[in-house]
Amino acid sequence: MTAGRFVLHAAAWAVVVFLMVPTLVVVPMSFGPAEHLQFPPNGFTLRWYGDYFADPDWMSATWFSVRAGIIAAVGATVVGTMTALALVRGRVIGRRILDLLIVGPIVVPHIALAVALFLVFDRLRLNGTLVGFAIAHTVLAAPFAIFSVLAALYRFDADLEMAALSCGASRLRAFWHVTLPLILPGVLSGAMFAFIISFDEAVISFFISDIDGKSLPRKLFEDIDYNLTPVVAAVASLLSVVSIAVLVGGHVVGRITARRRAG
Amino acid sequence: MGQSDRGRVAVDGLIRHFGSVRAVDGVSLAAESGEFLALLGPSGSGKSTILMCIAGFETPDAGRVTVGDRDVTAIPPQRRELGMVFQRYTLFPHMSVLDNIAFPLKMRGVARAEREARAREALATVRLTEYGARMPAQLSGGQQQRVALARAIVYRPPVLLMDEPLSALDKALREEMQLEIKHLQRELGVTVVFVTHDQTEALTMADRIAVLDHGRLCQVGTPRDLYEAPQDPFVARFIGETNMLDGRALGDAASGGRIGVRLPGDVVVEATAMAPLARDAAVVIAVRPERLRAGGDGPVKGRMKEAIYAGVATTYVLEMPGGATVRLRSATGANAFDLADGGTVSLAWSPEDARAFPAAP
Amino acid sequence: MNAITSARHLSATATAALLTPFLALLAIAFLLPLGVLLYESLFVPAPTVQHYAKVFDDPVYVRVLWRTLRISAIVTVATLVLAYPLALVMTRSRGAVLALLVACVLLPLWTSVLVRTYAWTVILQRNGIVNQLLQELGWTSGPVRLLYTEGAVALAMAHVLLPFMVLPIWAALRNIPDDYARAAAMLGASPLRIFVEIVWPLSRPGVASGCLMVFLLSMGFFVTPALIGGPQQMMMATLVSQQVRELLNWPFAGALVGCLLVVTLGLVLAFNRTLGLDRFVGSR
Repeated sequence: MTAGRFVLHAAAWAVVVFLMVPTLVVVPMSFGPAEHLQFPPNGFTLRWYGDYFADPDWMSATWFSVRAGIIAAVGATVVGTMTALALVRGRVIGRRILDLLIVGPIVVPHIALAVALFLVFDRLRLNGTLVGFAIAHTVLAAPFAIFSVLAALYRFDADLEMAALSCGASRLRAFWHVTLPLILPGVLSGAMFAFIISFDEAVISFFISDIDGKSLPRKLFEDIDYNLTPVVAAVASLLSVVSIAVLVGGHVVGRITARRRAG
Repeated sequence: MGQSDRGRVAVDGLIRHFGSVRAVDGVSLAAESGEFLALLGPSGSGKSTILMCIAGFETPDAGRVTVGDRDVTAIPPQRRELGMVFQRYTLFPHMSVLDNIAFPLKMRGVARAEREARAREALATVRLTEYGARMPAQLSGGQQQRVALARAIVYRPPVLLMDEPLSALDKALREEMQLEIKHLQRELGVTVVFVTHDQTEALTMADRIAVLDHGRLCQVGTPRDLYEAPQDPFVARFIGETNMLDGRALGDAASGGRIGVRLPGDVVVEATAMAPLARDAAVVIAVRPERLRAGGDGPVKGRMKEAIYAGVATTYVLEMPGGATVRLRSATGANAFDLADGGTVSLAWSPEDARAFPAAP
Repeated sequence: MNAITSARHLSATATAALLTPFLALLAIAFLLPLGVLLYESLFVPAPTVQHYAKVFDDPVYVRVLWRTLRISAIVTVATLVLAYPLALVMTRSRGAVLALLVACVLLPLWTSVLVRTYAWTVILQRNGIVNQLLQELGWTSGPVRLLYTEGAVALAMAHVLLPFMVLPIWAALRNIPDDYARAAAMLGASPLRIFVEIVWPLSRPGVASGCLMVFLLSMGFFVTPALIGGPQQMMMATLVSQQVRELLNWPFAGALVGCLLVVTLGLVLAFNRTLGLDRFVGSR
């Protein structure tokens, strides 16, 4: 290995450490017995995890986020699949404008959308409600679901749809029996992305929560700011684990589907 | 309408544009019940577009499509009751072979037990009885195309459309499948409309061939008609091998009449006019290499340039006085002449074997 | 392919029906709220541009604006410097090493920004890891204030936004055929020359895309400045939050959001092609 290559690889792995370590530091600290966070921890306890599961505030925020995430995932996936189908198979007038609209929720700063939704939801009495969160997070996640299904549709052989029609299937049945099963990995990974986006979303949640209706990230936000107990570290660790589990789960589902098809 | 007309497919005055390109330019054509009709032409000739219009995947800008006595021009593909085999196999990769074949029956509401029995029957027809439980990805290309064929015939459509179904297969397999499809078609008595760019395939399989060029129908006829009596210089060139000689008409002639033609190098030959020709009109004469004769003492001289030995026949490349080259083919050993390069020989042909067409402007 | 009369395509009616839910959603939960907020900024209490003028006149807000631009620029440059070598090594890796590197880039991307920012508050706080280390090494006698500094905000933001820089650069580098470098090497170019003459120019679209994305996200970033910068290091997003939550000054918050939207829309429209947004969905 030449000196140049050595420097390059050393730099790259240093960056990897920089990417991973801060998040990984929190996990061992969440098992430390001390009342304040310590590194390295001087013992092992599950007390903070117990506290989290025993605390009705944490639990209600968690269930609120789970429910909002599921609704947003289903909503974004259904809407996203329909939109992706229209983009690939349909005759779209004003395609350029539509493309811009689709990336809108991604590129517009979340703070902008957050305060705007806060203002409008306030008048509609939607702040702190599950409906409000579901609507806001569906808008946020829909573009990702669209991209995910689009990618699957581009990989899908459109002639198979024609073959289904030539077999006497209606458009709807061709979609149900042929297209949907074949793009399902893309649809499911879109749904998982959408769930994670909603479940982890902090900025809009920060604004449209209220005392009774708040998401897990909003509760976490408050506690990081005012109440730095090791419970926060435990919740942060759990949140990372959930994200990673869903992501890896999605990957595995895709792999299994592909393998079954190859026979 | 009699039962015998169920399988008639016709297009009438079909026109289809893609932007400013006329992909199909006023084609009228019919395949009779139980007939094997090949649509033959180079890429861009419109053959696939015609098939797609029959199938319903393209809607013509003008003209009608009829199946049996039914005008299906405005009917969506899934209600035309046609079987279709695509260029690529287009088997549903997530269904077993048997489920693929049963799919058209499922779409028609056939009960599960009957569906399976009929799918097995179709599978046996294409000699893949043992393969029902496999997934498409586990089959070879030839097997996949046979499954696609079984799926297209399982619900007994009166008409089967095939869009270059063999082009993805290698040569040996292709030839085997050509005969197999032909036999199956006879057995089932189904009408087949078959798109191909391969003239040998068309000649081997079809009862009649429709030759297309630039969206126009050049000629429809039996393989023998097209080979022996091309009505169009394009057909003459496209089917088999043909010498094309440019010249000028020496007199007027009606279609079918005898005409003298002056070739470059001031050689005068006799030919049969394929269209009314006027004195001095530019013409092109088409003569098959195997209809050229060498020897004797005719006015047309050819200088031997090359002899290409191909087993059963030998092809000689000869240069005519005006610089044009012609090919002469004869059974190996049949010719008395055995000329070294550069030797000269007289060439002759019967006037009825030389067809004079008006040269393209 | 003429799409007008081919059955491969859906009819205009079917297309419209499929698009309706998304467009309705966008109208209700995206366009309408932003529109109402911008209306506030321009027409409350009366048609005026005074709220916008205030953003650029009042020295307090001008300072916030400059800080936001400064931090965004620093973060963009820092992530570029960090991301490029990693992307380069990813391009040259195969198998398990590549899978590990990709996971190390994607997993943080899909871990909550809040969690990653929280990690930095733990590391940087008064009795955090860095301060412990500094004191044990004897470099400082007492705890140093690290949180609520501009450097800390930039550091944490660079960490959080790094994947957005790595992915487009990696995508661009991956698309450069190996043959180019091989051909150049055959012709006698040194590795450095190959990089300068071939790799860098061909990767520039990815670099541009990454820089744009990171800069855009930095300009409107909220979580990290809020938790690590605090009121001392206020940026645009935290200023908007303060105006809304503490001062209930909707028209001024609307004006701040309006400025952010103009910057965003301008950059997106100008570099629509370069952005290649679908790349962030996940890379296969």
